[in-house]
Amino acid sequence: MTADPMIPMPFRVVRQRHELRNVVTLTLEPEAGGRFSFQPGQFNMLYHFGMGEVPISVSGDPAKRRLRHTIRSVGAVTHALTRLRKGDGVGVRGPFGAPWPLAEAEGRDVVLAAGGLGMAPLRPVLYAVMARRERYGRVTLYYGARSPADILYRKQLERWGKRRGIDVRITVDKATPAWRGHVGVVTRLMSREHFAAGNTIAMLCGPEVMMRFSAQTLNRLGVSDGRIYLSMERNMQCGIGLCGHCQLGPTFICRDGPVYRLDEVLPLMKVRGL
Amino acid sequence: MTVDRLMIEAVAAHPLFRDLPAAEQRAIAECTGETVFEDGAMLMRQGDQAEHFYLILYGMVALELHVPGRAPLVVETLGKDEVVGWSWLVPPYDAQFDARAVGMVRVLAIDAACLREKMARDHTLGFVFYQRFLPVIADRLHAARVQLMDIYSHPADYAEAPSAGKKRGKGKR
Repeated sequence: MTADPMIPMPFRVVRQRHELRNVVTLTLEPEAGGRFSFQPGQFNMLYHFGMGEVPISVSGDPAKRRLRHTIRSVGAVTHALTRLRKGDGVGVRGPFGAPWPLAEAEGRDVVLAAGGLGMAPLRPVLYAVMARRERYGRVTLYYGARSPADILYRKQLERWGKRRGIDVRITVDKATPAWRGHVGVVTRLMSREHFAAGNTIAMLCGPEVMMRFSAQTLNRLGVSDGRIYLSMERNMQCGIGLCGHCQLGPTFICRDGPVYRLDEVLPLMKVRGL
Repeated sequence: MTVDRLMIEAVAAHPLFRDLPAAEQRAIAECTGETVFEDGAMLMRQGDQAEHFYLILYGMVALELHVPGRAPLVVETLGKDEVVGWSWLVPPYDAQFDARAVGMVRVLAIDAACLREKMARDHTLGFVFYQRFLPVIADRLHAARVQLMDIYSHPADYAEAPSAGKKRGKGKR
Protein backbone atom coordinates (compact mmCIF):
# COMPACT_ATOMS: atom_id res chain seq x y z
CA MET A 1 0.00 0.00 0.00
CA THR A 2 1.19 3.54 -0.69
CA ALA A 3 1.70 5.97 2.20
CA ASP A 4 -1.61 7.57 1.29
CA PRO A 5 -4.28 4.86 0.94
CA MET A 6 -6.33 7.12 -1.32
CA ILE A 7 -3.63 7.24 -4.02
CA PRO A 8 -3.73 4.33 -6.47
CA MET A 9 -0.56 2.49 -7.39
CA PRO A 10 0.01 2.03 -11.11
CA PHE A 11 -0.19 -1.61 -12.25
CA ARG A 12 -0.05 -3.17 -15.69
CA VAL A 13 -2.11 -6.04 -17.05
CA VAL A 14 0.15 -8.97 -17.91
CA ARG A 15 -2.61 -11.44 -18.69
CA GLN A 16 -6.33 -11.45 -19.30
CA ARG A 17 -8.13 -14.75 -19.03
CA HIS A 18 -11.74 -15.32 -20.01
CA GLU A 19 -13.36 -17.41 -17.25
CA LEU A 20 -17.11 -17.39 -17.91
CA ARG A 21 -19.58 -15.28 -19.82
CA ASN A 22 -18.89 -11.69 -18.67
CA VAL A 23 -16.22 -12.84 -16.23
CA VAL A 24 -12.46 -12.40 -16.68
CA THR A 25 -9.41 -12.76 -14.48
CA LEU A 26 -6.78 -10.05 -14.76
CA THR A 27 -3.19 -10.76 -13.76
CA LEU A 28 -1.47 -7.54 -12.72
CA GLU A 29 2.08 -6.44 -11.97
CA PRO A 30 3.14 -3.27 -10.20
CA GLU A 31 4.82 -0.88 -12.61
CA ALA A 32 7.35 -0.05 -9.93
CA GLY A 33 8.28 -3.73 -9.66
CA GLY A 34 8.38 -5.68 -6.43
CA ARG A 35 5.69 -7.74 -4.88
CA PHE A 36 2.12 -7.05 -3.79
CA SER A 37 1.33 -8.68 -0.46
CA PHE A 38 -2.19 -9.45 0.68
CA GLN A 39 -4.03 -11.89 2.91
CA PRO A 40 -6.78 -14.17 1.57
CA GLY A 41 -10.14 -12.41 1.86
CA GLN A 42 -8.83 -8.89 1.37
CA PHE A 43 -9.87 -6.69 -1.52
CA ASN A 44 -8.46 -3.89 -3.64
CA MET A 45 -10.00 -0.84 -5.22
CA LEU A 46 -9.31 -1.17 -8.94
CA TYR A 47 -9.23 2.10 -10.82
CA HIS A 48 -9.90 2.20 -14.52
CA PHE A 49 -8.45 5.55 -15.40
CA GLY A 50 -11.12 7.90 -16.66
CA MET A 51 -13.95 5.57 -15.69
CA GLY A 52 -13.88 5.05 -11.95
CA GLU A 53 -13.08 2.68 -9.15
CA VAL A 54 -14.61 -0.57 -7.91
CA PRO A 55 -13.85 -2.93 -4.99
CA ILE A 56 -12.74 -6.38 -6.14
CA SER A 57 -11.53 -9.25 -3.96
CA VAL A 58 -8.12 -10.71 -4.67
CA SER A 59 -8.59 -14.13 -6.27
CA GLY A 60 -4.98 -15.26 -6.75
CA ASP A 61 -2.30 -17.06 -4.80
CA PRO A 62 -1.00 -15.01 -1.84
CA ALA A 63 2.45 -16.58 -2.30
CA LYS A 64 2.81 -15.32 -5.85
CA ARG A 65 4.34 -12.02 -6.88
CA ARG A 66 1.59 -11.18 -9.32
CA LEU A 67 -1.85 -9.99 -8.34
CA ARG A 68 -5.02 -11.61 -9.65
CA HIS A 69 -8.57 -10.30 -9.71
CA THR A 70 -11.61 -12.05 -11.11
CA ILE A 71 -14.14 -9.52 -12.32
CA ARG A 72 -17.71 -9.82 -13.56
CA SER A 73 -18.91 -7.17 -15.96
CA VAL A 74 -22.03 -5.71 -14.34
CA GLY A 75 -21.58 -1.95 -14.67
CA ALA A 76 -19.62 0.69 -16.56
CA VAL A 77 -16.38 0.35 -14.59
CA THR A 78 -16.35 -3.43 -14.35
CA HIS A 79 -17.25 -3.63 -18.02
CA ALA A 80 -14.24 -1.44 -18.84
CA LEU A 81 -11.98 -3.49 -16.56
CA THR A 82 -13.00 -6.74 -18.24
CA ARG A 83 -12.00 -5.23 -21.59
CA LEU A 84 -8.45 -4.42 -20.52
CA ARG A 85 -5.75 -6.21 -22.48
CA LYS A 86 -2.12 -7.10 -21.88
CA GLY A 87 -0.07 -3.95 -21.40
CA ASP A 88 -2.98 -1.73 -20.32
CA GLY A 89 -2.63 0.25 -17.12
CA VAL A 90 -4.85 0.04 -14.05
CA GLY A 91 -4.72 1.74 -10.66
CA VAL A 92 -4.74 -0.34 -7.48
CA ARG A 93 -5.48 0.83 -3.95
CA GLY A 94 -5.23 -1.73 -1.21
CA PRO A 95 -5.20 -4.30 0.15
CA PHE A 96 -8.11 -3.48 2.42
CA GLY A 97 -10.23 -5.27 4.96
CA ALA A 98 -10.14 -8.17 7.37
CA PRO A 99 -8.93 -11.52 6.00
CA TRP A 100 -10.23 -15.06 6.37
CA PRO A 101 -9.20 -16.67 9.71
CA LEU A 102 -6.49 -18.99 8.37
CA ALA A 103 -4.44 -19.00 11.57
CA GLU A 104 -7.50 -19.94 13.62
CA ALA A 105 -8.29 -22.71 11.13
CA GLU A 106 -4.95 -24.46 11.72
CA GLY A 107 -5.39 -27.80 13.42
CA ARG A 108 -9.07 -27.93 12.49
CA ASP A 109 -11.22 -29.20 9.67
CA VAL A 110 -11.98 -26.49 7.16
CA VAL A 111 -15.28 -26.08 5.36
CA LEU A 112 -15.56 -23.62 2.50
CA ALA A 113 -18.97 -22.88 1.00
CA ALA A 114 -19.06 -20.78 -2.13
CA GLY A 115 -21.89 -19.65 -4.33
CA GLY A 116 -21.51 -18.28 -7.84
CA LEU A 117 -18.67 -15.75 -8.07
CA GLY A 118 -18.18 -16.12 -4.32
CA MET A 119 -15.64 -18.75 -5.33
CA ALA A 120 -13.19 -15.98 -6.27
CA PRO A 121 -12.52 -14.57 -2.75
CA LEU A 122 -12.19 -18.13 -1.41
CA ARG A 123 -9.62 -19.29 -3.95
CA PRO A 124 -6.73 -17.61 -2.07
CA VAL A 125 -7.75 -19.67 0.97
CA LEU A 126 -7.35 -22.85 -1.06
CA TYR A 127 -3.92 -21.74 -2.30
CA ALA A 128 -2.83 -20.94 1.26
CA VAL A 129 -4.19 -24.19 2.68
CA MET A 130 -2.54 -26.27 -0.04
CA ALA A 131 0.79 -24.56 0.55
CA ARG A 132 0.67 -25.76 4.17
CA ARG A 133 -1.67 -28.68 3.84
CA GLU A 134 -0.24 -30.53 6.86
CA ARG A 135 -1.43 -27.75 9.18
CA TYR A 136 -5.12 -28.37 8.50
CA GLY A 137 -7.49 -31.27 9.00
CA ARG A 138 -10.01 -32.32 6.37
CA VAL A 139 -10.73 -29.59 3.85
CA THR A 140 -14.10 -29.59 2.09
CA LEU A 141 -15.26 -27.17 -0.56
CA TYR A 142 -18.98 -26.95 -1.25
CA TYR A 143 -19.61 -24.92 -4.35
CA GLY A 144 -22.95 -24.05 -5.89
CA ALA A 145 -23.33 -22.51 -9.31
CA ARG A 146 -26.23 -21.64 -11.54
CA SER A 147 -25.34 -24.17 -14.27
CA PRO A 148 -22.30 -26.18 -15.39
CA ALA A 149 -21.34 -23.26 -17.66
CA ASP A 150 -21.20 -20.97 -14.60
CA ILE A 151 -18.69 -22.97 -12.56
CA LEU A 152 -15.74 -20.69 -11.91
CA TYR A 153 -12.22 -22.21 -12.10
CA ARG A 154 -13.85 -25.55 -12.97
CA LYS A 155 -10.78 -27.34 -14.35
CA GLN A 156 -8.59 -26.13 -11.52
CA LEU A 157 -11.10 -27.25 -8.88
CA GLU A 158 -11.46 -30.66 -10.51
CA ARG A 159 -7.67 -30.99 -10.53
CA TRP A 160 -7.36 -29.95 -6.91
CA GLY A 161 -10.15 -32.35 -5.93
CA LYS A 162 -8.28 -35.24 -7.49
CA ARG A 163 -4.77 -34.53 -6.34
CA ARG A 164 -4.48 -31.96 -3.62
CA GLY A 165 -6.22 -33.43 -0.57
CA ILE A 166 -9.30 -31.27 -0.89
CA ASP A 167 -12.79 -32.71 -1.04
CA VAL A 168 -14.41 -30.68 -3.80
CA ARG A 169 -18.20 -30.99 -4.06
CA ILE A 170 -19.94 -29.00 -6.73
CA THR A 171 -23.65 -28.65 -7.41
CA VAL A 172 -25.66 -26.70 -9.95
CA ASP A 173 -29.20 -25.35 -9.91
CA LYS A 174 -29.88 -26.15 -13.55
CA ALA A 175 -28.23 -29.15 -15.13
CA THR A 176 -27.50 -29.77 -18.77
CA PRO A 177 -27.96 -33.25 -20.28
CA ALA A 178 -24.18 -33.81 -20.18
CA TRP A 179 -23.84 -32.93 -16.47
CA ARG A 180 -23.36 -35.98 -14.23
CA GLY A 181 -22.73 -34.18 -10.98
CA HIS A 182 -25.00 -32.94 -8.22
CA VAL A 183 -28.10 -30.85 -8.86
CA GLY A 184 -29.70 -28.79 -6.11
CA VAL A 185 -28.86 -26.12 -3.58
CA VAL A 186 -25.39 -26.05 -2.07
CA THR A 187 -26.63 -26.74 1.46
CA ARG A 188 -27.83 -30.20 0.40
CA LEU A 189 -24.21 -31.23 -0.17
CA MET A 190 -23.30 -30.61 3.46
CA SER A 191 -22.96 -33.65 5.69
CA ARG A 192 -21.61 -34.49 9.14
CA GLU A 193 -19.46 -37.15 7.50
CA HIS A 194 -17.24 -34.53 5.86
CA PHE A 195 -15.98 -32.72 8.96
CA ALA A 196 -15.81 -32.92 12.73
CA ALA A 197 -18.41 -30.32 13.65
CA GLY A 198 -16.85 -29.49 17.01
CA ASN A 199 -13.47 -28.78 15.47
CA THR A 200 -14.34 -27.01 12.23
CA ILE A 201 -13.92 -23.52 10.85
CA ALA A 202 -16.33 -22.63 8.06
CA MET A 203 -15.85 -19.82 5.55
CA LEU A 204 -18.79 -18.79 3.41
CA CYS A 205 -18.82 -16.52 0.40
CA GLY A 206 -21.60 -15.85 -2.05
CA PRO A 207 -25.01 -14.21 -2.20
CA GLU A 208 -26.21 -13.26 1.28
CA VAL A 209 -29.23 -15.55 1.10
CA MET A 210 -26.96 -18.49 0.21
CA MET A 211 -24.66 -17.69 3.14
CA ARG A 212 -27.63 -17.44 5.51
CA PHE A 213 -28.99 -20.84 4.49
CA SER A 214 -25.49 -22.36 4.56
CA ALA A 215 -24.95 -21.06 8.08
CA GLN A 216 -28.30 -22.50 9.20
CA THR A 217 -27.37 -25.89 7.76
CA LEU A 218 -23.93 -25.82 9.37
CA ASN A 219 -25.56 -24.89 12.69
CA ARG A 220 -27.86 -27.88 12.32
CA LEU A 221 -24.82 -30.08 11.65
CA GLY A 222 -23.17 -28.81 14.83
CA VAL A 223 -20.94 -25.91 13.76
CA SER A 224 -21.53 -22.92 16.04
CA ASP A 225 -21.90 -19.30 14.89
CA GLY A 226 -18.55 -18.44 16.47
CA ARG A 227 -16.79 -20.82 14.06
CA ILE A 228 -18.53 -19.59 10.91
CA TYR A 229 -17.08 -16.69 8.93
CA LEU A 230 -18.57 -14.96 5.93
CA SER A 231 -17.62 -12.27 3.49
CA MET A 232 -20.10 -9.41 3.23
CA GLU A 233 -20.56 -7.21 0.23
CA ARG A 234 -21.84 -3.64 0.17
CA ASN A 235 -21.10 -0.45 -1.71
CA MET A 236 -17.45 0.00 -0.77
CA GLN A 237 -15.86 3.20 -2.03
CA CYS A 238 -13.07 4.67 0.07
CA GLY A 239 -11.77 1.37 1.45
CA ILE A 240 -10.75 2.88 4.79
CA GLY A 241 -14.01 3.48 6.65
CA LEU A 242 -14.26 7.19 5.96
CA CYS A 243 -16.98 7.71 3.38
CA GLY A 244 -19.66 5.59 5.08
CA HIS A 245 -21.10 4.05 1.93
CA CYS A 246 -20.55 0.51 3.14
CA GLN A 247 -21.85 1.04 6.65
CA LEU A 248 -23.62 -1.99 8.10
CA GLY A 249 -25.08 -0.98 11.45
CA PRO A 250 -22.14 0.00 13.64
CA THR A 251 -19.47 -1.36 11.28
CA PHE A 252 -17.90 -0.38 7.99
CA ILE A 253 -17.49 -3.38 5.76
CA CYS A 254 -14.43 -2.01 3.95
CA ARG A 255 -12.56 -1.54 7.21
CA ASP A 256 -14.04 -4.00 9.74
CA GLY A 257 -14.99 -6.63 7.10
CA PRO A 258 -15.49 -7.85 4.50
CA VAL A 259 -14.85 -11.05 6.48
CA TYR A 260 -16.88 -11.24 9.68
CA ARG A 261 -17.58 -13.91 12.21
CA LEU A 262 -21.22 -14.88 11.87
CA ASP A 263 -22.19 -13.96 15.43
CA GLU A 264 -20.88 -10.43 14.80
CA VAL A 265 -23.18 -9.76 11.85
CA LEU A 266 -26.10 -12.17 12.19
CA PRO A 267 -28.30 -9.68 14.07
CA LEU A 268 -27.56 -7.09 11.38
CA MET A 269 -28.36 -9.53 8.56
CA LYS A 270 -31.82 -9.95 10.02
CA VAL A 271 -32.59 -6.23 9.83
CA ARG A 272 -34.46 -5.45 6.63
CA GLY A 273 -33.04 -2.52 4.76
CA LEU A 274 -29.50 -2.82 6.13
CA MET B 1 -42.59 -63.53 9.60
CA THR B 2 -38.93 -64.48 9.28
CA VAL B 3 -36.55 -61.75 8.42
CA ASP B 4 -32.87 -61.69 7.59
CA ARG B 5 -30.76 -60.50 10.52
CA LEU B 6 -28.53 -58.56 8.13
CA MET B 7 -31.57 -56.70 6.84
CA ILE B 8 -32.57 -55.68 10.36
CA GLU B 9 -29.03 -54.42 10.89
CA ALA B 10 -29.11 -52.50 7.61
CA VAL B 11 -32.40 -50.81 8.56
CA ALA B 12 -31.14 -50.08 12.07
CA ALA B 13 -27.98 -48.51 10.66
CA HIS B 14 -29.82 -45.99 8.50
CA PRO B 15 -30.03 -42.47 10.01
CA LEU B 16 -33.78 -42.35 9.41
CA PHE B 17 -34.43 -45.39 11.61
CA ARG B 18 -31.35 -45.54 13.83
CA ASP B 19 -33.09 -44.53 17.05
CA LEU B 20 -36.29 -46.56 16.58
CA PRO B 21 -37.19 -49.37 18.98
CA ALA B 22 -35.99 -52.79 17.79
CA ALA B 23 -39.56 -54.01 17.16
CA GLU B 24 -40.19 -51.19 14.70
CA GLN B 25 -36.85 -51.67 12.99
CA ARG B 26 -37.77 -55.31 12.57
CA ALA B 27 -41.21 -54.44 11.18
CA ILE B 28 -39.59 -52.20 8.57
CA ALA B 29 -36.97 -54.81 7.75
CA GLU B 30 -39.79 -57.27 7.02
CA CYS B 31 -40.74 -55.03 4.06
CA THR B 32 -37.17 -54.30 2.96
CA GLY B 33 -34.76 -55.75 0.42
CA GLU B 34 -31.40 -54.62 -0.90
CA THR B 35 -31.13 -53.80 -4.59
CA VAL B 36 -28.48 -52.56 -7.00
CA PHE B 37 -29.27 -50.34 -9.98
CA GLU B 38 -26.78 -50.00 -12.81
CA ASP B 39 -25.94 -46.63 -14.34
CA GLY B 40 -28.98 -45.19 -16.11
CA ALA B 41 -31.47 -47.68 -14.64
CA MET B 42 -34.80 -46.28 -13.46
CA LEU B 43 -35.76 -46.62 -9.81
CA MET B 44 -39.21 -45.23 -10.55
CA ARG B 45 -41.08 -43.58 -13.38
CA GLN B 46 -43.31 -40.54 -13.20
CA GLY B 47 -47.00 -41.60 -13.18
CA ASP B 48 -46.35 -45.22 -12.22
CA GLN B 49 -47.56 -46.62 -8.93
CA ALA B 50 -44.97 -45.92 -6.24
CA GLU B 51 -44.50 -49.53 -5.24
CA HIS B 52 -41.26 -48.90 -3.42
CA PHE B 53 -39.30 -46.12 -1.84
CA TYR B 54 -35.56 -46.29 -1.47
CA LEU B 55 -32.84 -45.40 1.00
CA ILE B 56 -29.55 -44.80 -0.81
CA LEU B 57 -26.63 -46.78 0.60
CA TYR B 58 -24.20 -45.88 -2.15
CA GLY B 59 -24.22 -43.71 -5.28
CA MET B 60 -26.36 -40.92 -6.67
CA VAL B 61 -29.91 -40.77 -7.97
CA ALA B 62 -31.26 -38.03 -10.25
CA LEU B 63 -34.87 -36.90 -9.94
CA GLU B 64 -36.08 -35.92 -13.39
CA LEU B 65 -39.14 -34.33 -14.90
CA HIS B 66 -40.16 -35.08 -18.45
CA VAL B 67 -41.29 -32.29 -20.70
CA PRO B 68 -42.33 -33.33 -24.20
CA GLY B 69 -39.83 -32.26 -26.83
CA ARG B 70 -37.06 -31.54 -24.33
CA ALA B 71 -34.30 -33.51 -22.70
CA PRO B 72 -35.20 -34.78 -19.22
CA LEU B 73 -34.88 -31.98 -16.69
CA VAL B 74 -32.93 -32.99 -13.59
CA VAL B 75 -34.49 -31.11 -10.70
CA GLU B 76 -32.37 -32.57 -7.93
CA THR B 77 -29.86 -35.29 -7.17
CA LEU B 78 -29.87 -37.39 -4.03
CA GLY B 79 -26.94 -39.16 -2.40
CA LYS B 80 -25.95 -41.52 0.38
CA ASP B 81 -28.48 -41.92 3.21
CA GLU B 82 -31.12 -39.89 1.39
CA VAL B 83 -34.68 -41.02 0.74
CA VAL B 84 -35.94 -41.51 -2.81
CA GLY B 85 -39.69 -41.18 -3.03
CA TRP B 86 -42.51 -40.15 -0.75
CA SER B 87 -45.40 -40.54 -3.22
CA TRP B 88 -46.00 -43.93 -1.60
CA LEU B 89 -47.40 -42.02 1.41
CA VAL B 90 -49.80 -39.85 -0.57
CA PRO B 91 -52.86 -41.37 -2.31
CA PRO B 92 -53.21 -42.32 -5.13
CA TYR B 93 -49.53 -43.26 -4.68
CA ASP B 94 -48.37 -42.18 -8.14
CA ALA B 95 -44.69 -41.31 -8.56
CA GLN B 96 -44.26 -37.60 -9.31
CA PHE B 97 -40.76 -37.83 -10.84
CA ASP B 98 -38.54 -40.22 -12.68
CA ALA B 99 -35.69 -41.43 -10.50
CA ARG B 100 -32.62 -42.56 -12.44
CA ALA B 101 -29.35 -44.06 -11.21
CA VAL B 102 -26.30 -41.91 -11.97
CA GLY B 103 -23.52 -44.50 -11.88
CA MET B 104 -24.02 -47.68 -9.89
CA VAL B 105 -26.46 -47.26 -7.01
CA ARG B 106 -27.06 -49.55 -4.06
CA VAL B 107 -30.27 -49.07 -2.06
CA LEU B 108 -32.55 -50.48 0.55
CA ALA B 109 -35.84 -50.91 -1.33
CA ILE B 110 -38.89 -50.77 0.91
CA ASP B 111 -42.13 -52.34 -0.27
CA ALA B 112 -44.70 -49.55 0.05
CA ALA B 113 -47.84 -51.71 0.22
CA CYS B 114 -46.27 -53.92 2.87
CA LEU B 115 -45.31 -50.94 4.99
CA ARG B 116 -48.64 -49.13 4.51
CA GLU B 117 -50.42 -52.21 5.76
CA LYS B 118 -48.22 -52.34 8.85
CA MET B 119 -48.77 -48.62 9.44
CA ALA B 120 -52.54 -49.08 9.18
CA ARG B 121 -52.43 -51.85 11.77
CA ASP B 122 -49.90 -50.19 14.06
CA HIS B 123 -50.61 -46.47 14.36
CA THR B 124 -47.51 -45.91 16.43
CA LEU B 125 -45.43 -47.10 13.51
CA GLY B 126 -47.53 -44.91 11.21
CA PHE B 127 -46.96 -41.87 13.41
CA VAL B 128 -43.24 -42.55 13.50
CA PHE B 129 -43.12 -42.66 9.72
CA TYR B 130 -45.00 -39.41 9.23
CA GLN B 131 -42.84 -37.83 11.92
CA ARG B 132 -39.69 -38.85 10.03
CA PHE B 133 -40.88 -38.15 6.51
CA LEU B 134 -42.32 -34.68 7.16
CA PRO B 135 -38.86 -33.13 7.79
CA VAL B 136 -37.61 -34.82 4.60
CA ILE B 137 -40.50 -33.32 2.64
CA ALA B 138 -40.07 -29.92 4.31
CA ASP B 139 -36.35 -29.96 3.53
CA ARG B 140 -36.99 -30.75 -0.15
CA LEU B 141 -39.64 -28.04 -0.37
CA HIS B 142 -37.29 -25.51 1.21
CA ALA B 143 -34.48 -26.51 -1.16
CA ALA B 144 -36.80 -26.26 -4.18
CA ARG B 145 -37.83 -22.75 -3.13
CA VAL B 146 -34.22 -21.65 -2.71
CA GLN B 147 -33.39 -23.16 -6.11
CA LEU B 148 -36.24 -21.15 -7.64
CA MET B 149 -34.70 -17.93 -6.27
CA ASP B 150 -31.83 -18.17 -8.76
CA ILE B 151 -29.57 -16.94 -5.99
CA TYR B 152 -26.32 -16.97 -7.97
CA SER B 153 -27.51 -14.44 -10.50
CA HIS B 154 -26.41 -10.84 -10.07
CA PRO B 155 -29.11 -8.41 -8.86
CA ALA B 156 -28.51 -6.49 -12.10
CA ASP B 157 -29.89 -9.46 -14.04
CA TYR B 158 -33.26 -8.71 -12.50
CA ALA B 159 -33.02 -4.97 -12.11
CA GLU B 160 -33.64 -4.55 -15.81
CA ALA B 161 -36.77 -6.68 -15.91
CA PRO B 162 -39.68 -4.66 -17.32
CA SER B 163 -42.55 -4.10 -14.93
CA ALA B 164 -45.70 -6.12 -15.43
CA GLY B 165 -47.79 -5.09 -18.39
CA LYS B 166 -45.08 -2.88 -19.91
CA LYS B 167 -43.19 -3.72 -23.02
CA ARG B 168 -39.42 -3.41 -23.04
CA GLY B 169 -38.64 -0.46 -25.28
CA LYS B 170 -35.48 0.70 -26.99
CA GLY B 171 -34.95 3.57 -24.55
CA LYS B 172 -32.98 3.73 -21.30
CA ARG B 173 -32.40 0.55 -19.47
